[in-house]
Amino acid sequence: MTTKLTIAFASGKGGKGKTTVSVNLASAAAAAGYKVAYLDCDVEEPNGHLFLKPRIRRRYPVNVPVPVIDHEHCVNCGACGEICQYSAIVCIKNNVLTFERMCHGCGGCQLVCPAGAITEKEREIGVVEEGEAGGIDFIHGKLNVGEAMSPPLIRAVRSAGQYNSLTIVDVPPGTSCPVIAAIKGVDLVILVTEPTPFGLNDLDLALSMVKELGIPHAVVVNRAEPYNNMARDFCKGRNVKLLAELADDRRIAEAYSRGKLAFDAAPGYQAVFDALLLSIEKEARL
Amino acid sequence: MKIAISAEGQGLESRVDQRFGRCRWFTLIDTETGNYQAVANEQNLNAAQGAGIQSAEIVSRNGAEAVVTGHCGPKAFRTLTVAGIKIFTGAEGTVADALEKFKTGALTEAEDADVEGHWV
Repeated sequence: MTTKLTIAFASGKGGKGKTTVSVNLASAAAAAGYKVAYLDCDVEEPNGHLFLKPRIRRRYPVNVPVPVIDHEHCVNCGACGEICQYSAIVCIKNNVLTFERMCHGCGGCQLVCPAGAITEKEREIGVVEEGEAGGIDFIHGKLNVGEAMSPPLIRAVRSAGQYNSLTIVDVPPGTSCPVIAAIKGVDLVILVTEPTPFGLNDLDLALSMVKELGIPHAVVVNRAEPYNNMARDFCKGRNVKLLAELADDRRIAEAYSRGKLAFDAAPGYQAVFDALLLSIEKEARL
Repeated sequence: MKIAISAEGQGLESRVDQRFGRCRWFTLIDTETGNYQAVANEQNLNAAQGAGIQSAEIVSRNGAEAVVTGHCGPKAFRTLTVAGIKIFTGAEGTVADALEKFKTGALTEAEDADVEGHWV
């Protein structure tokens, strides 16, 4: 490959096959000689490592800035509480309270404080782990238990994997801030779905999100059945490209439940993922 | 004394809302005169985070000196305490029932949050 490509695998909700597709694709790419990185951005419950079984070589914490109030110099003007959109600072009856876990680290409170009574300290929200798995550069983030805010950690995972020719991003489920942090600036988002009413409802949400963000996208249908046209019709109706279908195959489910790659466990799947890799690459370069 | 009771509706016959941060209404009652006023808490009902903190700010801004509710989480508890507002948990039935119990001293003042945040 000549230029760098970053492909993200997302879906409106969990359990559609993001991890199945992305770990198998990363393996197919490594086997085909690509310099590939797999980034697990599902930092609330990363599971790519269960399949790729990386050797972790480097681990570092990710911090966010949170405000520290100097009560001696505070003039109780209330400006910090007013600018904070997340209730991380509350000015109440001449007291200033901080709730560190609510803080998004924007620094607004420090800027508006007329008395210079606010400084910042660092608070750890999780760790990034980097390693190697069968020729794949493996990077994932692990959010500390109880943390509500994952985007800074997701951004750290994203920036750790920038240097590879092919970067595969395993995106957290949903359509909110963590997803947006994970797919920002990628070349192509693959929306993984399944041909069920639930699957298509979630796909609909995810489609609206990527359209809003203006990121190129296409659909891969997982657990496809020959005579079930639900997902095909949906994609046709929404004028979105259906790139590939992965058959509903018990062997894949069994491999998954044992933490094995479909790529290794079921004959014929190397060719399936090789073909998928080619079509994704072609789509991304359009 | 002005108190705030978390409520599912606007009148005295509405049921006490068991949630403080995400209750539908605050019934602000002057315990001496019996005059009351309902304050909507719509913005916090569906807030992702910080409902307890902002609800505490609302009752403080409205001049309440005590809160009567079902349960109170840790962030709301901390904010109310700093604002000097007393917290009475375990209220149930109608707002009128809760008011009566408060007046007769049948409700005990909470010494700590009695539930985790986001408990329902």
